[in-house]
Amino acid sequence: MSAETILKISDLDISFRTNAGVVHAIRGVDMDLQKGETVAVVGESGSGKSVTMKAVMGLLDSNAVVNSGEILYRRPGDEDAQMIDLLKIGKKQLRQDINGQHIAMVFQDPMTSLDPTMPIGRQIMEGILLHKNVSQSEARRRALELLELVGINDAEKRFKNYPHQLSGGMRQRVVIAIALSADPDILICDEPTTALDVTIQAKILELIKSIQEKMKLSVIYITHDLGVVAKVADYVNVMYAGRIVEVGNVNEIFYEPCHPYTWGLLSAMPDINTDDDRLYSIPGSPPNLLHEPVGDAFADRNPFAMAIDKKAAPPMFKISETHFAATWLLHPDAPKVELPEELRHRIERARKEAEQYL
Amino acid sequence: MVKYVFKRVGMAALTLLIIVFLLFWLVRVMPGNPFPSERMSDVQIAAKRAELGLDDPILVQFRNYVAKLLKGDFGNGTSLYYGVPIKTVLRTAVSNSFRIGGFAILLGTAVGLLLGITAALNRGRFLDGFCTVFSIIGVCVPSYVFLIFLQYTFSFKIPFFPYFFDADRFAFSSVMPALSLSLFTMSTIARFTRNEMVEVFDSDYVRLAEAKGMYGGKLVRAHVLRNALIPIVTVLAPLVVDLLTGALVVEKIYGINGIGKLMVDAITGEGIDYNYVLALGILYSTLYIAVMLLVDLLYGVLDPRIRVAAKEED
Amino acid sequence: MAELIPQTVPPVPSDAYVPVAGDFAFLDRADILTDTNYASLSYWKGVFIHFFKNRRAVIGLVIIAVIVLLAVFGPMMNSYGYRDIVQFRNESNRRVVAKALEPRVPWLHELVTGEPYDDSFADRTFLFGTDDLGRDLWTRTWHGTRVSLLVAFVTIFIDVIIGMSYGLISGYFGGLTDIVMQRFVEIANSVPRLVIVSVLAIFMPKGMGLVIVALLLTEWIGMSKIARAEMLKIKEQEYVLASRTLGAGSGHIIFREILPNTIGPIITQMMFSIPTAIFTEAFLSFVGVGIVLPQCSIGTLIEEGFNNITILPYQILPPILVLALLMLGFNFIGDGLREALAPKLEDM
Repeated sequence: MSAETILKISDLDISFRTNAGVVHAIRGVDMDLQKGETVAVVGESGSGKSVTMKAVMGLLDSNAVVNSGEILYRRPGDEDAQMIDLLKIGKKQLRQDINGQHIAMVFQDPMTSLDPTMPIGRQIMEGILLHKNVSQSEARRRALELLELVGINDAEKRFKNYPHQLSGGMRQRVVIAIALSADPDILICDEPTTALDVTIQAKILELIKSIQEKMKLSVIYITHDLGVVAKVADYVNVMYAGRIVEVGNVNEIFYEPCHPYTWGLLSAMPDINTDDDRLYSIPGSPPNLLHEPVGDAFADRNPFAMAIDKKAAPPMFKISETHFAATWLLHPDAPKVELPEELRHRIERARKEAEQYL
Repeated sequence: MVKYVFKRVGMAALTLLIIVFLLFWLVRVMPGNPFPSERMSDVQIAAKRAELGLDDPILVQFRNYVAKLLKGDFGNGTSLYYGVPIKTVLRTAVSNSFRIGGFAILLGTAVGLLLGITAALNRGRFLDGFCTVFSIIGVCVPSYVFLIFLQYTFSFKIPFFPYFFDADRFAFSSVMPALSLSLFTMSTIARFTRNEMVEVFDSDYVRLAEAKGMYGGKLVRAHVLRNALIPIVTVLAPLVVDLLTGALVVEKIYGINGIGKLMVDAITGEGIDYNYVLALGILYSTLYIAVMLLVDLLYGVLDPRIRVAAKEED
Repeated sequence: MAELIPQTVPPVPSDAYVPVAGDFAFLDRADILTDTNYASLSYWKGVFIHFFKNRRAVIGLVIIAVIVLLAVFGPMMNSYGYRDIVQFRNESNRRVVAKALEPRVPWLHELVTGEPYDDSFADRTFLFGTDDLGRDLWTRTWHGTRVSLLVAFVTIFIDVIIGMSYGLISGYFGGLTDIVMQRFVEIANSVPRLVIVSVLAIFMPKGMGLVIVALLLTEWIGMSKIARAEMLKIKEQEYVLASRTLGAGSGHIIFREILPNTIGPIITQMMFSIPTAIFTEAFLSFVGVGIVLPQCSIGTLIEEGFNNITILPYQILPPILVLALLMLGFNFIGDGLREALAPKLEDM
């Protein structure tokens, strides 16, 4: 399979004007998405993962200012075509040409993301009628197909239902159907399972995965749940305070994490075999981006912080062809730091488990 | 749905019956002379009381009263416009008040909606600020004060509109009272519409519709308006109450023969007219309960959440 | 898994930081291993800060504070009583009455026109002027405001007590008690206030008493609804269950656990009820069933102003402005409180 980049975010920098002052929420984000690939963006709330994706969708709040950067999109199978900068083409054109039919999004809370006064079938048809030149009855037929595709059995009956008549899991399926209504190439899932029951979560993830294969979609997951990442992602971007601090394929991130923040995230994942006395959590809280952090934004919470972290932000250090991390610990002059012991044991165990299933 | 409507109507009717009874009872057990403006001896009063059946048990009296009421007969006044059936007086009054009040509601709603929608679509810009200031003034200043100003400016300083209401020039002379009555409705609806729309604009489902590729007028029509306008039905009841109250003073100031002026006369005139108080009390309560019922039913029709629940009740 | 494609990473910029000796020494991190990140503000402190950050709320508070201060001290700021007709004997020993004077400040007049007033009141200040009888409108305005505010505060205070007791009892005991009490509320709520006033007017003499009783009979309903809703919400929460299992009685639970939680919404409701009360008082007094002579209130002042509007158009302005500002101020405070008590994330 050849490398075909269909979405390329580079040097994205966004701030928000608020009553309290300017919040510098995104501070230079670079991210690539290849066709058919699944990329996860992981981080705490406020790390800027949702803002980045909202920028892709042109859904930024009106107080947002894009200071610099590009979000380039290329239609798949059209390698000669110019990449379009989604930040430049204007809202109207973005909605007409990109949203829905090329890049679609699934939101976090299915309880609020459907229009309560419109039957769900109508809401799916809307997307089809908007982008495809088809008749009402054809749109209706396709909407029914979509409902079946997302696993809603009595589609014909459900078609006229209002959102409040459906359960949370069903609603999320409808939201996915809406996202798929105009055959997008990229599906952005913003915490698609966070608001759902644990038992439903796995089913929705399975659903997205199977649809991804069927429709040859590229998927971006925004999540704070590393469990979800492990299940679905090929690539992982770890975000912290408006920056990507570590990027690598799923094995690299889970088995050879290099950034202390990633260590913290992995340690904070509850695990049946953990014999720790206490549940680990990353100390402190994310920095307030009202005040531009000096040096490494993670320094204050980093048990391995060094003097240099207070002076300058670390660049991306290359670990392998696919694995990079922004921490001064990777600098050749830095003292060698071992993974925290408990985490090392945990990774060992995970590796063994994974081998069993191979 | 039928069951739902019946249930609501039945409840409203029952509430109204209880209120009518309470009013009737209060007016009947009241101490003092029900014929304040007439000079009569005790014997004459006793005879009159007997004639009117005022000495019967209260329930019998009530039954007779309701029986008459259902035929549209409110009896005669005791002092006010003595001798003329209340029904006759009420008919003119209701017609005057309803025409002016209706005009005020229509004007207020139409302009209020327009203003609110425009403000929401131009959020944070000049029009939005204007709408906010306008609705604050409209809510903070009573309608009769507006009328006083209009009257002073456009009837006294610049004599264009009549200084007092003139039934012969109905439309022309109802411009000022209707306008001042409509301001509260206007500003309330404008503010409410604006806030509802802004909230809907910020909702997740509008975000999803945008992610679908909807924008501009299509988005507003398909998802914003309906969701924002349904809750407006709920402010209808308080608006009507305010209109009734406002109309009281407006009618008094402008000399309109309406139910408001009738009410003022009935309670402040030469003495309190028991039968008018009762008749007007029933009229006002009926109106109020009818509006609340209407709001309830309308909400049921408009909001699928209630409509579907109502269907499932059947 | 799809074949993985190398991610592109931007080149390190040329102005990148060049590490110096000592940069790679670990910092002492003992401090961060204990989590000191507790909730930093108490609830009420948060509400307080949020409220005072709200520009409108602060404006409202200032407006109300100024009006209340003027209502208290305004009538004392000159020597005229609110019922006094300003009159005295002039040089030729003739009695002069300060009838229907426009607002006047002698020194300001002199400053603007260059010459002093040349009538009998040349050296007297009447900020709001005098009415047709010769009473000082400044004093009357603030005295009337005082009466209106007093009526509003007293009734709302009693309404809070009635409403809260009713709502809390209804919500706390639930079941049949609740059903019966709520049916009663529904019926009481279906009687327009005007009708209550008109019936009351049969029983009671016109005056302050009538206004207060009329307001008492209607305004408690809103309070009781809030108190009941809050009670239903809180009743099932763990901490109330906990104190119940610890043997706390109903009284204890109501007063110690639930009252503190209902206080916020109730105060907010009060901020909306007070203007309603002022409005109602003004309206009843204007119509003629409210405050009666010789007292005055905002309502009677507006009525007097209205009666004299063709000869003394300025007379109606002060009471109307005070009324509007009171409405504005209380509404702003109410809105501010509501937001401060239930802040949306985006406002934080």
